[in-house]
Amino acid sequence: MSFNLSVGLPHYLLVAAMLFCFGLYGVFSKKNAIAVLMSLELMLNAVNINLVAFNRFLFNKPIDVQGVKHYLLAGHVSAIFVIVVAAAEVAVGLALVITMYRNRLSTNVDELDWLKW
Amino acid sequence: MGDIVGGLVFLVFALLTVFSAFMVVSSKNIIHSALFLALSFVGVASLYVLMDADFLAAVQILVYGGAVAIMVVFGVMLTLRAGKVQESNPDSRNAVFGAIAALLTFVTFALVLFSNENWRVLADQSGMPSTVGDISWLLLTKFMVPFEVAAVLLTIAMIGAIILAKGVEDSK
Repeated sequence: MSFNLSVGLPHYLLVAAMLFCFGLYGVFSKKNAIAVLMSLELMLNAVNINLVAFNRFLFNKPIDVQGVKHYLLAGHVSAIFVIVVAAAEVAVGLALVITMYRNRLSTNVDELDWLKW
Repeated sequence: MGDIVGGLVFLVFALLTVFSAFMVVSSKNIIHSALFLALSFVGVASLYVLMDADFLAAVQILVYGGAVAIMVVFGVMLTLRAGKVQESNPDSRNAVFGAIAALLTFVTFALVLFSNENWRVLADQSGMPSTVGDISWLLLTKFMVPFEVAAVLLTIAMIGAIILAKGVEDSK
């Protein structure tokens, strides 16, 4: 009896899908605005795992550029850009939450109905 | 033998990541949520290590495990009202619909994932040696303009966050 225990692309994608769906659930079902931000971070991390996994398993052969071997790491570069945007997003998001708390003494997203009358 | 060890290591870190992500969304105490979020970030970094992405793993621990997690904890502390920490992360009334939507999304993802023949790729032995040089090669040639735009975006976001959080004082 033997199991195939080697890890491949579908396993990483499955982990990323789980992370993404937990994040999705958190975004839909949390009252606290900071919890929503945390769930967003989970979703961005899942996307990063996908980018790196596709780069690792589908584009792992070096190419020849002017006599020098290079790996084409576009997935890694995209993941770095996602990290940059996520850092900017969490900074601005937390500043918004702090402003909201200062004005309303609450971080409940259900009470964010100032545009409704 | 190497397959078994690799599979077990992957299983441990994948379970760590997914379990802490579950605790982030299910914990009723938002401070526990924030700390489990940091644990989940470290788990993702270890998955990067298993995928030969050494530079990204370091960036993940520095930026997410260091900066973002601490910033979220600070945000929690600044907006927490005293006396109700135990119930600081309640579900809204849409929680059931959120759970259904997330479950359906996951089922869709899993179906696509396991029905696609092209994605059944197992790991090969020839890993990438070190990714830093090739990442910098791409960043400074093909992705040079997005790189500069990212730098500008970070500066603008930092200034905007400071102005938003500090408030604008009246000039006399």
